[in-house]
Amino acid sequence: MLKRRDVTAKLNDMRGESRIISGLGSSTYDLHSTGDTDHNFYLWGAMGGAAMVGLGVAMAQPDSNVIVLTGDGEMLMGIGCLATIGVQKPANLSVIVLDNGYFGETGMQASHTNSCVDLAKIAAASGFKRAETIKTEQELESFLQLFQDASGPSFAAIKVEQEAPPRSLPILDGVELKNRFRRTFNLFPK
Amino acid sequence: MSYQKKEDIGAMLLPLLKEHGVDFLPFVPDAGHASLIELAFDDPHIQPIVLTTEEEGVALACGHWLGGKKSALLMQSSGVGNTVNMLSLISSCNFPFVALVTMRGNFGEFNSWQVPMGRATPDVLKAMGIQVYVVERDDELPKVVDAALYSAFSSDQGVAVLLSQNLIGRKEW
Repeated sequence: MLKRRDVTAKLNDMRGESRIISGLGSSTYDLHSTGDTDHNFYLWGAMGGAAMVGLGVAMAQPDSNVIVLTGDGEMLMGIGCLATIGVQKPANLSVIVLDNGYFGETGMQASHTNSCVDLAKIAAASGFKRAETIKTEQELESFLQLFQDASGPSFAAIKVEQEAPPRSLPILDGVELKNRFRRTFNLFPK
Repeated sequence: MSYQKKEDIGAMLLPLLKEHGVDFLPFVPDAGHASLIELAFDDPHIQPIVLTTEEEGVALACGHWLGGKKSALLMQSSGVGNTVNMLSLISSCNFPFVALVTMRGNFGEFNSWQVPMGRATPDVLKAMGIQVYVVERDDELPKVVDAALYSAFSSDQGVAVLLSQNLIGRKEW
């Protein structure tokens, strides 16, 4: 089974100039563990909001690739976001869920994807151009080859092991995280 | 019977939103916003975005600002209850934020089930650090919305403008 930090490291290798928005909890730590950059916007709260923050950036900057990296619990809380993204169809947005089937931050309670819920099917039915469940190295490679070709929105539920790697913590200062991310688009605080 | 459509509200607000450079109007519909939403769909310079729940609009507005664009969230007061935790984004990061909220549950409401959230709306917003401006009369509307947009986008403030049922008209049953 794939490991979340290996997946995140591979994603980071392939990202180029992509902006990445991470959902609270493990996904934020995973993204930070690959090396901090101003092109990352880490969420420390606002559970259920990662996909919408990503949609906002993607709509505002249609020539930039935008990736949302989140977990199954965070995605499930904002499940309606998939419908909203499906209607808008931003070609430059990818939503990548590290799906371990558990709420990792709160004591590893089983989530809906551990039972019968299939996030990729929900994304496909919501109008994503590409929506896959990824279980193997090979499937991951081929998704990562294609995900930046601006033919999205694309979605991947990547099945990863149930584990809790050491936390890698970004700064908590939301104003700084906002301003430094905006500077990557040459936007400056007023 | 349904709400009478308030044509004049949309006609009053759309030019103002464009003057302030608002690019996107995320919305969960309300009859009080119907004319504005309709006008915006016909306007190439401002893009309405339909949401499944109001909290999506809070996170979306933050994303738009991260990418250098402006949005104003349209919703009714019952939706304010759906936004509460997501409003922590506004406080934690000082995002500029404007919500235009049409009120239910005040001034002649028939549906008593709308009253609890209507009553709580200003307090809930204030508790999350959002400033609340209230509009009761047509002639105050442009001035107040102008002030909200100016405060938000000139200095990263969060402002909600509450449009009273006195202004938008009550729903007829």
